[in-house]
Amino acid sequence: MFLEYDAAVFSRMLTGLTLGFHIIFATIGVGVPLMIAFAEWMGIRKNDEHYRLLARRWARGFVVTVAVGVVTGTSIGLQLNLLWPNFMQLAGQTISLPLFMEVFAFFFEAIFFGIYLYTWDRFKSRTRHLLLMIPIVIGASFSAFFITSVNSFMNAPRGFELTNGVITDINPLAAMFNPAAPTKTAHVLVTCYLTSAFVLGMIGAVKMLKGDRHVYHKKALQLTMTAAFVFSIGTVGIGDLSGKYLAEYQPEKLAAGEWHFQTQTEAPLVVGGVLTEDNEVQYALEVPYALSILAHGTPSAEVIGLEEFPKENRPPLIVHYFFDSMVTIGIYLAFVPLLYLFLRWKKPDWMHHKVLLSGIAVGGPLSILATELGWVYAEVGRQPWILHGIMRTPEGATTSSHVDAMLYLFLGLYAVLGISSAVVLRKMFKNNPVAHELESRGIDRRGGSS
Amino acid sequence: MTYEILGITVLWLFLYGYLIVGSIDFGAGFFHFYNKISRKNYQVNKLIQRYLSPVWEVTNVFLVFFFVGIVGFFPDTAYYYGTALLVPGSISIVLIAIRGSYYAFNTYGSKDSRVYSFLYGMSGLLIPASFTIVLTISEGDYLDVSKDRVTLLLRELLTSTYSWSVVVLAVVSVLYISAAFLTYYSYKAGDTASHQVFRRYTLFWAGPTILASLLIFYTISRHNPEHFRSMLDISWVFILSFLFFLGAVLLVYRKQRLGLAFVLVMFQFFSAWFGYGASHLPYLLYPHLTMYDGFVNETMAAALIAAFIAGLLLLIPSLVLLMRLFLFDADYVRGNK
Repeated sequence: MFLEYDAAVFSRMLTGLTLGFHIIFATIGVGVPLMIAFAEWMGIRKNDEHYRLLARRWARGFVVTVAVGVVTGTSIGLQLNLLWPNFMQLAGQTISLPLFMEVFAFFFEAIFFGIYLYTWDRFKSRTRHLLLMIPIVIGASFSAFFITSVNSFMNAPRGFELTNGVITDINPLAAMFNPAAPTKTAHVLVTCYLTSAFVLGMIGAVKMLKGDRHVYHKKALQLTMTAAFVFSIGTVGIGDLSGKYLAEYQPEKLAAGEWHFQTQTEAPLVVGGVLTEDNEVQYALEVPYALSILAHGTPSAEVIGLEEFPKENRPPLIVHYFFDSMVTIGIYLAFVPLLYLFLRWKKPDWMHHKVLLSGIAVGGPLSILATELGWVYAEVGRQPWILHGIMRTPEGATTSSHVDAMLYLFLGLYAVLGISSAVVLRKMFKNNPVAHELESRGIDRRGGSS
Repeated sequence: MTYEILGITVLWLFLYGYLIVGSIDFGAGFFHFYNKISRKNYQVNKLIQRYLSPVWEVTNVFLVFFFVGIVGFFPDTAYYYGTALLVPGSISIVLIAIRGSYYAFNTYGSKDSRVYSFLYGMSGLLIPASFTIVLTISEGDYLDVSKDRVTLLLRELLTSTYSWSVVVLAVVSVLYISAAFLTYYSYKAGDTASHQVFRRYTLFWAGPTILASLLIFYTISRHNPEHFRSMLDISWVFILSFLFFLGAVLLVYRKQRLGLAFVLVMFQFFSAWFGYGASHLPYLLYPHLTMYDGFVNETMAAALIAAFIAGLLLLIPSLVLLMRLFLFDADYVRGNK
């Protein structure tokens, strides 16, 4: 490679690679159980076998993604220790509680998921099988909550005193419930749900675009888009609160994301654009007052600019692109289900129009892309710190001289896992199409209304 | 009991859990593959899948619990082991990733694939071998610790008889534990053909297991005499372990009380595992790190233990439910559900 060897740089790349790959599966892992639970619940409530089959098929595909999520989660758990031993030595004193509890939450989920998968037709009461979903949803969401609180600790380290490099006065709960935790955990959870709703919605939309107009897919769309609508409202609301959090606690991250250089009142929001070499913004759209409103809720509020911070403490300005793309996709993801519900209400003939179906289909990959972009913005935006204001990233890294080789090793591993899981998922559903399964289970003959 | 002892005991217990559940899992994966290529006894493979499918995720959590816990209780271990183990640790991760994923791809994918079965069968056998490196380097002399750097002495590690005898023990124990469990499980399932296969495997792997253990005693006495002396101080534990072993093998040989036989296998490893662990203390990494100098502060220790107890109250009933539904449900085991 052309890079000069630097353990910290390679450690960052490898951590980014592993997490970037993991969060695709983790996001699905957090959100899909909730959607499965909705589908099964609808099936029981409406006594409609189509919804039950939906839950069953989603669960079947979900196992494959869970497997990759579990193993890459194990990877990142071990890699934290292997790549960032100095950071873990310090952070272990303060955040091992949420890390520990994350494992418990996952354990809980894993046990019940095993039971759920193998008891579809075992209980006399169908509700009992549905009840198994509750610990799974709780476990999935809580593990996301705990692990995100670890990440928010890195953004807003609290719950200890540092005097001459020695940690004292540790308060595990204050570390866990740091100021960044509420907005971060809420944002992660709701976007996981939103992304999962869109990914599942995409499947139905693609099937219908290919000409399969079975009522099963229509029900899938209705369920996923209604859920997506609710979650998108949540996403917008929490996104706004996240902006206000940043303005208060991490103004340099907000300023870098918005290319806001000078502290000023009535600050405009910079949308799009490019940055010249001497930090001039060109071709951007400026929305008057919008940044002040985003940051503090009033148009006249003062927003701290990047120039207030010494150069070595500024995040890279490239994060602006990530932030803008994330927000743009977020707006798109709110618009599509809104349009779907509107058409359903006013113009039912149009609600399965090709344009809208394509819009939903595109929303699947876009929602995952937005997850990645938002995560990159959050992580790169807190550079140069690994522990904001306390430990710089290179200080936390390993001193090993083999991180580059490990980077290539894992690149290969994730390529193989990614391709294999895609192949397996495709085969699974291609070899056993909905129509076939509906028939073999005798659902359509029993008159699941169509 | 001090927090330190309590912490390390809890962690050691979880690692023991992983040792048993993981061994059953890894060994079963290997037997599954072996039986597949030798094209015999397809019934055996169905049986293995029936046991493994509901529990595969749980196995992994025991491991994660251990390494999250050890950094929680003993943050300094992250510094020493983390730096030194980058390469071997990464190899273990890759093996775990391959095994977990291909297990799921093979089991839940559209059809049983020979390649996938090979990948998860073989990686399963290599995982325990790769993990033993941690145990090996904890005995000292494989790390170069200077002021601001910890380096693994790979050459010393690869040429040491001690490290290789640990690897051998790990691999044969996996096959032995797994075979002993499946002997019992196939018996309960009323699957005579599989039962005979696994009974043969158990008796076959029993010999190497005990020989490898003896080899460990010998090599450790040369590698780390201090540790060996502490082992001799509690030699009754190891004698007890040997008695459990004899009991288990005898029962399997006589085809009597196979459930008890497997419990004896668990006791055998329990006493050996805790005997080894207890005699290793107070060192977490000989001679650089003891459990006292790397301990997390007391507030955090109390919080971790509280979380641990709360977690157990949640987990134990759930695990019991899992076992009752699958392991100890005669109808399920026989394949009627």
